[in-house]
Amino acid sequence: MTDLETFQKETRAWLEANCPPEMRAPMMSEDDTCWGGRNVVFKSPAQKQWLEVMAAKGWTVPDWPVAYGGGGLSAEETKALRAEMAKLGCRSPLSSFGIWMLGPALLKFGTEEQKTHYLPQIARGEIRWCQGYSEPGSGSDLVSLQTFGEDKGDHWVVNGQKVWTSYADKADWIFCLVRTDKNDKYRGISFLLFDMTTPGVTTKPIKLISGASPFCETFFDNVKVPKHQIVGELNRGWDVAKYLLGHEREMISGGGLGEGMASIGAAFKDVAGEEPVLRAEMALFDIETMVFRAHSERFMDEWKTGRAHPAYSNLMKYIGTELNKKRHELVMSAGGSDALEWESDRSKQGARPRTWLRTKANSIEGGTSEVMLNVVSKRILDMPGA
Amino acid sequence: MGLYHTEDQAMLKDTVAPFLAETAPVKHLRTLRDTNDQIGFARDLWKQFAEMGFTGILVPESDGGLGMGHVEAGIVLEEIGRNLTPSPFLTTAVAAVEALKGAGAHLRQEWFPRIVSGDAVIGLAIDEGAKHRPAATALVAERSGNGFRLSGKKQFVVHGHVADMLIVAARTAGAAGEEQGITLFAVPRDAAGLSLAADRLVDSQLAARVTLENVEVTADAVIGDVDGGWGPLTRLLDAGRIGAAAEMVGVGGGAMDMTFTYLKQRKQFGQLIGEFQALQHRAAHLYGEMEGARSIVLKAQHLMDDEDPRAELFVAAAKVKSGLACNLSVREGVQMHGGIGMTDEYDIGLYMKRDRALAEFFGDTHFHADRVARMNGY
Repeated sequence: MTDLETFQKETRAWLEANCPPEMRAPMMSEDDTCWGGRNVVFKSPAQKQWLEVMAAKGWTVPDWPVAYGGGGLSAEETKALRAEMAKLGCRSPLSSFGIWMLGPALLKFGTEEQKTHYLPQIARGEIRWCQGYSEPGSGSDLVSLQTFGEDKGDHWVVNGQKVWTSYADKADWIFCLVRTDKNDKYRGISFLLFDMTTPGVTTKPIKLISGASPFCETFFDNVKVPKHQIVGELNRGWDVAKYLLGHEREMISGGGLGEGMASIGAAFKDVAGEEPVLRAEMALFDIETMVFRAHSERFMDEWKTGRAHPAYSNLMKYIGTELNKKRHELVMSAGGSDALEWESDRSKQGARPRTWLRTKANSIEGGTSEVMLNVVSKRILDMPGA
Repeated sequence: MGLYHTEDQAMLKDTVAPFLAETAPVKHLRTLRDTNDQIGFARDLWKQFAEMGFTGILVPESDGGLGMGHVEAGIVLEEIGRNLTPSPFLTTAVAAVEALKGAGAHLRQEWFPRIVSGDAVIGLAIDEGAKHRPAATALVAERSGNGFRLSGKKQFVVHGHVADMLIVAARTAGAAGEEQGITLFAVPRDAAGLSLAADRLVDSQLAARVTLENVEVTADAVIGDVDGGWGPLTRLLDAGRIGAAAEMVGVGGGAMDMTFTYLKQRKQFGQLIGEFQALQHRAAHLYGEMEGARSIVLKAQHLMDDEDPRAELFVAAAKVKSGLACNLSVREGVQMHGGIGMTDEYDIGLYMKRDRALAEFFGDTHFHADRVARMNGY
């Protein structure tokens, strides 16, 4: 038996022994997600136990170094672990912007001190992070951001406003793009970290068309940020931000395409059987889902071995988000008038239409589809022009 | 194993790509077409395929081949697609070889050495109507002495008129539409009662309509089991389908590259047309579709080579996606080339024609999307 096969076998045995049965059932709604943080409220004892055993093994972040709370696994082992988890239906023990976005950026740009301080907290789910990027006047044109950090010697005083800050009202810390030089658009932005309980930070949830408020407006009024809380060099935060957006795109592109959603036609068999045109659309959609999974697998395999084009995640983000929107259009069609109910218990308080509406943001947040196509066309296809 | 080419596979690609680009680029197809060639491919090129080892890629080592897999065969097919090279590779060295793997020793000994050496071409006599519908096989094979007597018609038998042997799907039991009761036969082309008429197709290939009138074959001609031909037929067809899919990745990729080059050269309104965002977005979208096709084709090839039970589903999905993406590529190609895209002088139109033929070969997107739905239980 090869080392990898041995690892696979041992991993399967360990998961069978340690993953509580409740954590092997498919997630029913966004509520079932465990986000961790200082004020975490576990939905069940099983959820807490699952996070603890996985964190103890370093498997909330299997491919991070052991010294920073990770599992120290190779790319092959990480893939094998995820495959075994998928086979048993194990839920992800921890969802976290710290894992998906800040962590990879810290691993690349952070000082040793920052890595040993922040990364283990992220791995154990102790600190919940949010992302301060977009501003009211800076959406797709993010680099025009105005939030300003004034140099006060050993600290900056930050003033300004962010918008679309995911779960800012529930987060413990923020990673934030702040202008530190007004004279240079690209090389005048720094990447700062600060505690959301710092005096001067306030948040206000934004109510969306789905009725939910996963995003906030976040205001900074003379917020004091010590100088050692900068990641990367002064005025070079755009490099960190770009790197991190790559990881965000990977995450969003995979949204809603878990193993549980193998075939939309199989999930709505009765309607598909009665409506040949809908059945045909579902069949083509099932194929696109298979294609996207294979494409993601190939992209991840190439990415981890240095074969992928650095801008490729933009393409995956575009394809994955457009696909997820299409999925929920079909789910709504299959549901007919039942899927219109917004408040009834029967509809779980309108879970379907609210999710459908939520997915419309997929191709806007983290870079719009149009911006993704611009990037692919210029950076990968090398099309001419500005 | 990662979902990308291994070092050996990358080396094979580095051998095949320059070889075909030099010896059989699109100009080679034009020459055959414009000289009204009646074979449909260049026999000396087929011999060279054998010398390079390509013809034996899928033939088991114990039968004198290289014993490699569909990933490797796909590498050759992608380059065939990119260069629009007319070749019996897909029918003979891929689909027929896959069927013969399930044949008895005498058929293997008769055909594998001749395929490997580039001396044999094999035709696939499967379709009976204009659309691919293998379960609808109606050509009759009746018991006759210790052999069989075959009567009926076949069409879209690519290179059939110059084939040395035809693999014929026939009905020995049951009714048209049933998978049970089909038997596969290896029928020599010179068998009495077999007549062929070749027609040139839109993509300049030659394909035959075949009539069998009381063609007598011995029991040795049966590939697999009598009445149980659906299994070997499906293996033959799936090999053909994933092969055609790989070829379409090449056709679509070739058309796409040509189009992108044009966008970077052609000027209108005082600027390169590739600077227009309307075209840039369509180009980026097309690239994504072709990349998706490449991914699912490679995934399906891996599953076939691993003899994974999911292979059939993935091959169907790969045939659909490569068909959709390649079709988008040739349509966008002609449109973005503008007027010259409509001229015979430019190659882009030849890509459109080849795509159309490959779309129908071994079942089109509609046929396979329907199969995906059925395999998924709806």
